[in-house]
Amino acid sequence: MIQKSKRTLWWILSAVLLLSLIPVAANAQGSDPTDDEVNAVAKQLYCPVCENIPLDACGTAACEQWRGIIRDKLAEGWTEEEIKIYFVNQYGDRVLAEPPRRGFNWIVYIVPVVIFVGGGYLFYRGFEQWRSPEPDSNVRKKEKTTPKPVTLSEDDISRVEEELRKRSQR
Amino acid sequence: MKKILLWGGLAILLVFLSIGLYRSQQGQVGKGETAPDFELISFSGDTYQLSDFRGSVVLVNFWASWCESCKPEADDLEDAYQYYLNRGDVIFLGVDYVDTEPEALGYLEEFGITYPNGPDLRTEISQAYRVRGVPETFIIDQNGIISHVQIGPFSSFEHIISTIDPLLE
Amino acid sequence: MVAEIGFGSLFISLIISVYGVIAAIYGTGNHQKKWILSAQQATRLVFPLLTISVGSLIYLLINNNFEVVYVSQVSSLSMPLYLKITALWGGQSGSLLFWSWLLAGFTSAVVLKKWDRDQDFLPWVIVVSLGTLVFFILLNTFFENPFVRYWQVNQDIVQSFSQPLGGFIVGPRDGGGLNPLLRHPGMVIHPPMQYLGFVAFIIPYAYAMASLITGRSDDRWIQLSRRWTLWAWLFLSLGLILGARWAYDVLGWGGYWGWDPVEISALMPWLSGTAFLHAVLIQEKRGMFKQWPIVLIILTYNLVIFGTFLTRSGLLSSVHSFARSTIGPIFLVFIALTFIASFWLLSSRWDKFKSRQVLTSFFSKEALILISIVLLLGMLATTFWGVIFPTISELVTGAKVTVGPPFYERVAAPIFGGMLSIMVICPLAVWSYVSFKHLGKLLWKPFAVSLIGIVLPIIGGLTKVPALIAFWLVAFVLAVNGFEFIRRTRLRRKTESETLPETVTRVFQRNKRSYAAMIIHVGIVFMALGIIGIEFFQTETQGTLAEGQELQLAPYTMEYEKLEIFDTPDARNVARAVVLVKKDGEVLDEIYPRRDFYYDSGQPVTIPGVRSTLLDDFYVILVDWKAVTSEGATFKVYHNPLVKWLWIGAWVIIVGVVVATWPEKKSKMAGRNNVRPK
Repeated sequence: MIQKSKRTLWWILSAVLLLSLIPVAANAQGSDPTDDEVNAVAKQLYCPVCENIPLDACGTAACEQWRGIIRDKLAEGWTEEEIKIYFVNQYGDRVLAEPPRRGFNWIVYIVPVVIFVGGGYLFYRGFEQWRSPEPDSNVRKKEKTTPKPVTLSEDDISRVEEELRKRSQR
Repeated sequence: MKKILLWGGLAILLVFLSIGLYRSQQGQVGKGETAPDFELISFSGDTYQLSDFRGSVVLVNFWASWCESCKPEADDLEDAYQYYLNRGDVIFLGVDYVDTEPEALGYLEEFGITYPNGPDLRTEISQAYRVRGVPETFIIDQNGIISHVQIGPFSSFEHIISTIDPLLE
Repeated sequence: MVAEIGFGSLFISLIISVYGVIAAIYGTGNHQKKWILSAQQATRLVFPLLTISVGSLIYLLINNNFEVVYVSQVSSLSMPLYLKITALWGGQSGSLLFWSWLLAGFTSAVVLKKWDRDQDFLPWVIVVSLGTLVFFILLNTFFENPFVRYWQVNQDIVQSFSQPLGGFIVGPRDGGGLNPLLRHPGMVIHPPMQYLGFVAFIIPYAYAMASLITGRSDDRWIQLSRRWTLWAWLFLSLGLILGARWAYDVLGWGGYWGWDPVEISALMPWLSGTAFLHAVLIQEKRGMFKQWPIVLIILTYNLVIFGTFLTRSGLLSSVHSFARSTIGPIFLVFIALTFIASFWLLSSRWDKFKSRQVLTSFFSKEALILISIVLLLGMLATTFWGVIFPTISELVTGAKVTVGPPFYERVAAPIFGGMLSIMVICPLAVWSYVSFKHLGKLLWKPFAVSLIGIVLPIIGGLTKVPALIAFWLVAFVLAVNGFEFIRRTRLRRKTESETLPETVTRVFQRNKRSYAAMIIHVGIVFMALGIIGIEFFQTETQGTLAEGQELQLAPYTMEYEKLEIFDTPDARNVARAVVLVKKDGEVLDEIYPRRDFYYDSGQPVTIPGVRSTLLDDFYVILVDWKAVTSEGATFKVYHNPLVKWLWIGAWVIIVGVVVATWPEKKSKMAGRNNVRPK
């Protein structure tokens, strides 16, 4: 009986968590205003000199020049990808919003996955332990004992609450 | 077991932070150090390798077309280049820092620069020299050792000459 | 003269703080109360002393004493009075002094209360909080002295506090002025709030350390620090929100959070601080998981120090960071000391905190809270990793990389989605057991109502599935809280004869914390609504217009009506565009994006014109790196749906915390126990 409800719970939880993953997939596309093709590309690049400022928001003369390059390349028919690769070749990996997925950089993506999978597993193991703890001689006996699961009907609950309210008014 | 992980992790973190901090506090590559080797591909397509110039004095100047303070020294650098041109053992190399080609070529034309200039691809050269901004100039002696570091523009033609002449004796 | 007073009182406060730490340790080691009392006195003295120091600096700022290096860096003649005062925290050394002053305020306040009951905690609270203060005052005294002045020695200008041989004071006529980006009301309140949040967490940390050092394993320290924790959390949250508001108003990229390393440094203690708040709840209600609050407060405090280190040491560069400074190495030493000391203490007392934990069900309140804590920690670990990875990458491969928004958003979205889901069930869950039937009964009505969250958007033309799910969750949480509140009010109404307002107030008073939490979570959900709106549905466009021309960004159109250029008394040149906001040909509003050019610092700042409603913001900003004339001005336009809810949510959270910390009416209790003589 307990096994079945536990499984159901896991299904529900996984479903909820999976559903919440969907926002991520959609976000990855981004928005694409037709008039602002330069900004659309510039948004994805970072200013090589002033760190952590996206290229569409940067006001320096240098950034103006870079947006000019993007404009020129777009006019020549270059794709977004080609322009990004050009910028990387000119200025290094740091112009990208994320480390490119190669070599050592894989670690940056793998570690969070490890954290979540590992953390989730640890939590699950811990949860199992907490649900049925072994008697532990180190633990003080003063701890509150867990009340047995009680099922009260809605009426019972309201009656109890009424009584409590009445008592607190005296 | 958990304790070892925790303390180990903490130790590694502190080590990384210390090294990172040390690196960020380090200034440019300094006088007396070996000049990091690099390859520069000029705007006209020629390749220059620093290590090929052992035996000559090399002046490496970092600049950019968007850099206002680079402009005062541009003329002086070209004059100095012309001054040493006939000797054949003083090399001038210009490294264009984080710049765009059209504007860079415009800058070179405006100041009539004739010595080799090329882009710092992937910012590898400026990173090797730990350049913090432009202009910065490094004078390298015949043995590949840095003899002078100039942060900011040279004040005059004479200033440039005064850093190179002592090496030619 | 004033600079001498300022530095003098700073130096004396350093000596007194060191004395206080030593006296407290000595007194408690030798069981001599008088030394502890003396340490208490010393702690009380530090705040007035630092007030004198801060006051001196403010005086120097207001009086345009530009011979003081700091004043000339952050102030100028043309700045209005209020900005000169806020310039106190406009640069590294001033803001460090400000930080120390706030820290001293909290430390003195803690020591001021009656300590009859918890005598064994007192010395250690003093040691920890004064010890931290010693470090920060040290920074100001030896590394970043705000009272350093310009001296002329022969031909050179030298910076020093004390007079160098043969030198005499020189002062520039005017200062450089505060960076224009900082001349905004947001700047007035965001840093102080942020610092308050950081600094306030030292109190619960000090209590926790005191508890560990004295070997106690009860939760007395939690009781004592509860109010401090709530206010610290509120200040920290407000600091982050105000920072977001300021970025939205001033930085001109139509956004509010850039995942900049300094922003993340402030977010990390918030994540662990929120987890700490929730862990405390479990410990108080069920006596379980006693190790978690201690671990989490240690983590929070250490993250505060670490975050400050990242911001000020020059290790990272960002829009926020201060100029490169020499304090990096000593900061690192301090971090190492606090990390090591905290964790060593923790591990030596670890076993005392073992409690018998039994979780009956995945859906009990404590299990749900535990899951939310785990989610927060997961977010924390990921952001920490993202922040330090560029440093690691550069050390290992030599290549610089950027870890930017896509990395963080990928993780943040599911985590916050998960937390929203938990927020749906948690208000209805009960401590220690679950009755699915009960839960189901309570859930079906809110669930029905929550479908509005799907139906309405679809009617409005929305098809993005993730957004629909997000809206549904938001509606669900609101519905659950709403129904729960109504249910409890109704229950009460059945038994009492009161007016409705009376019922509502009594319902709140009966279980203050629970309702305060409800309010705070509703506030968070409002913020989520704002975030969903702007993250999923923001659109933008850019165009150069001459006067009279229009630019369209569906469903609105803006017309560049005219341009006014004028100078202001506080040395600004303002180019102010009058922009009409139209929809379907009808003029809805007039807004005024402008570019302010500050003569003293030679820098411009652009202020957007915004038409803000509950449904959306129409946000127009002048692109200031292009010319602004009547013939052509370049505008960047953003349409940000629902973003106002982000700020509304913030207000709701404030209300929630105020309710949570509202002092209990003692009289009722007293009335019950006392027998009044006739």
